[in-house]
Amino acid sequence: MMATTLAQKIIARAAGRETVKPGEVVTAAVDLAMIHDSGGPRRVEPILKDLGAGLFDRDKVVLISDHYVPGDTDEGARILALTRQWAKDRGVAFHDGQGICHVVLPEKGHLKPGMFVVGGDSHSPTGGAFGAYMFGVGATEMAGVLATGEIWIRVPGTILLEWTGRLGAGVTAKDMMLATCARLGMDGGQYQAVEYAGEAVRALSMQERMTLSNMAAELGAQAGLIAPDETTAQWLAGVGGDAGDWRGLVTDRDAPLLAQHVFDASALQPQAAAPHSPANAAPVGDAGRVAVDVAYIGACTGAKHEDLRAAAAILKGRTAAPGVELLVAPASKTDQDRAEAEGIMAVLEAAGARVLPNACGICAGYGAHRLGEDVTCISSTARNFKGRMGAASSKVWLASPYTVAASAVAGHLADPRDMLAETGA
Amino acid sequence: MTGRVFLFGDDIDTDQLAPGQYMSGGIEALAAHCLEGARADFPVSVKPGDVVVAGRNFGMGSSREQAAEALKHLGVAGVVAVSFAGIFYRNAINLGLPVMTAPDLAGIEDGEAATLDVDAGVLRLPDRARAVPLDPLPDNLKTLLADGGLVPHLKKRFAAEKEDNRS
Repeated sequence: MMATTLAQKIIARAAGRETVKPGEVVTAAVDLAMIHDSGGPRRVEPILKDLGAGLFDRDKVVLISDHYVPGDTDEGARILALTRQWAKDRGVAFHDGQGICHVVLPEKGHLKPGMFVVGGDSHSPTGGAFGAYMFGVGATEMAGVLATGEIWIRVPGTILLEWTGRLGAGVTAKDMMLATCARLGMDGGQYQAVEYAGEAVRALSMQERMTLSNMAAELGAQAGLIAPDETTAQWLAGVGGDAGDWRGLVTDRDAPLLAQHVFDASALQPQAAAPHSPANAAPVGDAGRVAVDVAYIGACTGAKHEDLRAAAAILKGRTAAPGVELLVAPASKTDQDRAEAEGIMAVLEAAGARVLPNACGICAGYGAHRLGEDVTCISSTARNFKGRMGAASSKVWLASPYTVAASAVAGHLADPRDMLAETGA
Repeated sequence: MTGRVFLFGDDIDTDQLAPGQYMSGGIEALAAHCLEGARADFPVSVKPGDVVVAGRNFGMGSSREQAAEALKHLGVAGVVAVSFAGIFYRNAINLGLPVMTAPDLAGIEDGEAATLDVDAGVLRLPDRARAVPLDPLPDNLKTLLADGGLVPHLKKRFAAEKEDNRS
């Protein structure tokens, strides 16, 4: 049998084909379509009406509100009301105010290895952490999917990112991705499939793997896959999901690759990406003494349960420096509840953190806490494009939750490993 | 229709094309701020028929299709770039906004007269009697664009299916 990649295997199955070749255009059946309040009902419903079409299968559609939560503006409240009504009218699964779609979708057991999934958001590659081929589309394309249940795809080549060795203490998946962006550039993924492999990836928890897959978007890849293993199966069992028959979902040893890049996890240092691109990443120690006004721990990329735990490891017994505003927007309600139960939220609040809703918030440039003129922010989010999180004059540095927390304490960019060593963590 | 070239660099992102703070309103209000962060003159002086010419990875970032919709709303004839971010590229075609790549865009000047000829696959620069060759679109996208985007394309398909069922 022909040696193929994980991406080819999933797409071939969805396209009803024995095999598919990179470069060919096929039509594939969608196993699941995820939409949110911004690109979802308010955009797709008028198109469905115009087409005179219903949903291809309401059991394969999941709606999650996250962009305009908590609805603290008139427009936002109107969009949320419309979203809730649509969920009722169309009878789809709806998770309202439960957190950011990319975190809530797997948390509620909707994802399974081998699925072919589209999401109405650019960070949809997050689903690749579960061995699902998941990618982002715009609203018109989503409306087409909702009407027909299918989508065309150019079968991607696979770019293998192999991480050897193990990460050191205080170094995370976020640092891996910032270093990858710096090395390959913002279009290094070429809209192909990226696949993460190697000892360091195998050793990562599910939520850390989600961070890798999530930021495949920043490489311009279509998908960011990780072959499922026992870690995946156990995690899915823990949320009442089912990993199904995942064992064959791998890239065969001899499968032709578009490219392969090898990284050494053991040599990786905590990273910080200078404004205005994730590709401006370098070891945080090389950044010099950059004072920060705001430290933001938020987003699907950087405010999951384990991200909050990382921040708390630094902030325990410490407080944010005077003049630094520490904002924490836990990625989901479930993650916040777990952090609460473990005393993590109490540590963050004692350090001076202001806790914001479980929503996309300022990462997407939405909401009341957008950055003001000339503000310098260090953020655990995925993107620091000019003006994205607020005023065009604001400057956003990207880093891991450890590094954001350490910088909040220091009042300037700081390597978290010094503080971790002091704490004895 | 002859317009002018608006020249941009690499990695133009969707937050510049469709800033988040204007996303809750209509396309009219959003388009008024399209690309203003990259060059303030763009949303105020762009005219129907003008052509956006850019470097690598145009449209990187969000899946918000308002990024492409804003350009279309402003009457831009199309975007010619060295390369596009994947989601933006699909969104543009789906909305009927021509997006074309070219192996070599060197020497094209900001503000010069230009006509985007999608069918012929060239960007004409009449002042210099030069025609810059563009990469041909894949067949499935040529059809989508010729139909005017995904919605008209699907309408056509649904009508044909209805017809088939009747016969």
